[in-house]
Amino acid sequence: MSVTYVDAIREAQETLLREDPRVFLYGQDIANFGGAFKATKGLAEAFPNRVFDAPISEDAMIGLAVGAAIEGMRPIIEMQFADFSSIAFNQIVNQAATHFYRTGMPIPLTVRLPSGGTPGSGPFHSQSMEGIYAQYPGLIVLTPATVSDAYHMLIDGVALDDPVIFCEHKFLYRWLKAKTIHGDRLPIGQARIIRHGKHATVVAYSAMVHEAVRAADRLVQDGWEIEVVDLRSVKPLDMDTVLASVARTGRLLALGEAFPWGGVTAEVVSRVCAEGFHLLDAPPQRLNARDTPVPYHPKLWAAHRPTPESICEALRHLLSF
Amino acid sequence: MLKSRILENKLSSLYKAGKIVGGVYLGRGQEAVSASLGTALIQGTDFFAPLIRDQAGRTAFGEPLIDCTRTYLGSAAGPMRGRDGNIHRGRPEMGMPAMISHLGAQVSVVAGMLFAKRLQGTLAGRVGATCVGDGATSTGAFHEGVNLAAIENLPLVIVVANNQFAYSTPNHRQFVCADLSERAAGYGIQGHSVDGTDLLESARVIRQAVELARSGAGPQMVVAQLLRLSGHGEHDDGSYVPLPVRNGHYGRDCVEVAMRQLVDHQIATVDEILAWQDQYAEEVQRAVAQAQQEPVPDPYREVWSATRTQFDTQSI
Repeated sequence: MSVTYVDAIREAQETLLREDPRVFLYGQDIANFGGAFKATKGLAEAFPNRVFDAPISEDAMIGLAVGAAIEGMRPIIEMQFADFSSIAFNQIVNQAATHFYRTGMPIPLTVRLPSGGTPGSGPFHSQSMEGIYAQYPGLIVLTPATVSDAYHMLIDGVALDDPVIFCEHKFLYRWLKAKTIHGDRLPIGQARIIRHGKHATVVAYSAMVHEAVRAADRLVQDGWEIEVVDLRSVKPLDMDTVLASVARTGRLLALGEAFPWGGVTAEVVSRVCAEGFHLLDAPPQRLNARDTPVPYHPKLWAAHRPTPESICEALRHLLSF
Repeated sequence: MLKSRILENKLSSLYKAGKIVGGVYLGRGQEAVSASLGTALIQGTDFFAPLIRDQAGRTAFGEPLIDCTRTYLGSAAGPMRGRDGNIHRGRPEMGMPAMISHLGAQVSVVAGMLFAKRLQGTLAGRVGATCVGDGATSTGAFHEGVNLAAIENLPLVIVVANNQFAYSTPNHRQFVCADLSERAAGYGIQGHSVDGTDLLESARVIRQAVELARSGAGPQMVVAQLLRLSGHGEHDDGSYVPLPVRNGHYGRDCVEVAMRQLVDHQIATVDEILAWQDQYAEEVQRAVAQAQQEPVPDPYREVWSATRTQFDTQSI
């Protein structure tokens, strides 16, 4: 028996609905249909009047969640695709994110964002929004890369009093499997060293963690031992773990699937430069998607995002200094 | 509405004297509608999301004057503690959420508050209400919120104060239907129209809509026709309002109309109204004086955190 990443997300929501009467699910096609990715399959039947189909109104879905949270509920909102959260941007960043600072009352809602690219999905079903949301004060942005993290971080995220942006990677939904959802459980805010090495550090998150590990496997034959840090959450950002790793290796590659201008990788590099410049033996590198919309064709898509090949190339460049 | 008018006249003076930083936004000309809604709601049971021109509704709903003066004057003791100002204030724990500037955004929030009560089994007998202007009806958020409230069949009352100008933009650049209440039919909800300069009519129509929602008839949309008798804010002289409009029927002052109505219907005497004015002026003066004497927020003691959760991690 194995459990997939999307199974873990479904399991987490089942656990939450069972254990916390404040939790309800609201999203498009999530009730009897079970969601576009089946992340809520069977939950409407198991929990009557707790799982609701939403109209195609992303703004109002988050507005409803904010109001429900004010009145003591813990809503989980499924965006059908992370890309569509742009319609709800105002409610997320201006209503939910500012509420605690302005009024003193926190808004414990969770927005699930099926994120990142898959072959053939094209410009509007492939985006990675974590950097945009992390920019705004008041939001917690989670980016699980493992089956166990998908389960535990959703449960731990819903338990937080603040609005949580839960970026779950669509490519990992069915591809990523584990023997159990109950793996190594770390608190939110702590990064994980997923592979130890001594020559260079790759800081990654979400699906790119697995691409980094593939690249690291390939470089073993050349004698390089690459350390891979899985950030797990991009806000908060665990700089202690990142800096400790860079202190050991002296070299940094920040890796992400989002667009290249700004974002998580830029934040990691700038903080390492500001806080750990003396630890660096080489100029820190960034590798992101290209600065175009995410293309439709699988051949273009595969070359738009970082791949094991492009990661190896970036690492060889980093190691050449 | 009289108390609100006196308070807002004072706020305008304070702004012009440089005592208020940022904007001052008045409900002058909209008090009859706003107060009618505020009095039809029950604080502690109902929810009320006021907008920019709802001082009268806030006061009628039970917001103390000191919340207003503290927020405008930046007192650290106010509900927003200097972190937000002027009309961007609320007490969500008392059923009155704090508005954001983005128009139409509060419609779905009040719907969500009501939705929570349904899930908790305590919705019966409860109503939520929010106010918007004619400009907000052009937003996607307004459409999404009203439609969602209709789908969920929530007891939500949406009061549209059509004051004919969204900032400086006249109605004909905002919509082309004859009356915004026609839109209600498109959402499958009940629409009501009223002359918003007429207190007795406004009170009657709005109370009827609130009670319909309370009795389970679903969302209600009330469109009140009126004219804003000030600029968008006190920085704006409103000179774009054409004279014939200003001198027309809706240019009449709802507070003066209301006073005449009270006297004509023998609800109050002129002497009583004059006594109210004195009493309210006194209350306003006290609220201003108190807020002015209180400490302002201290940036060195400010808790610079936008989340309740604090992580062990060294950086955010």
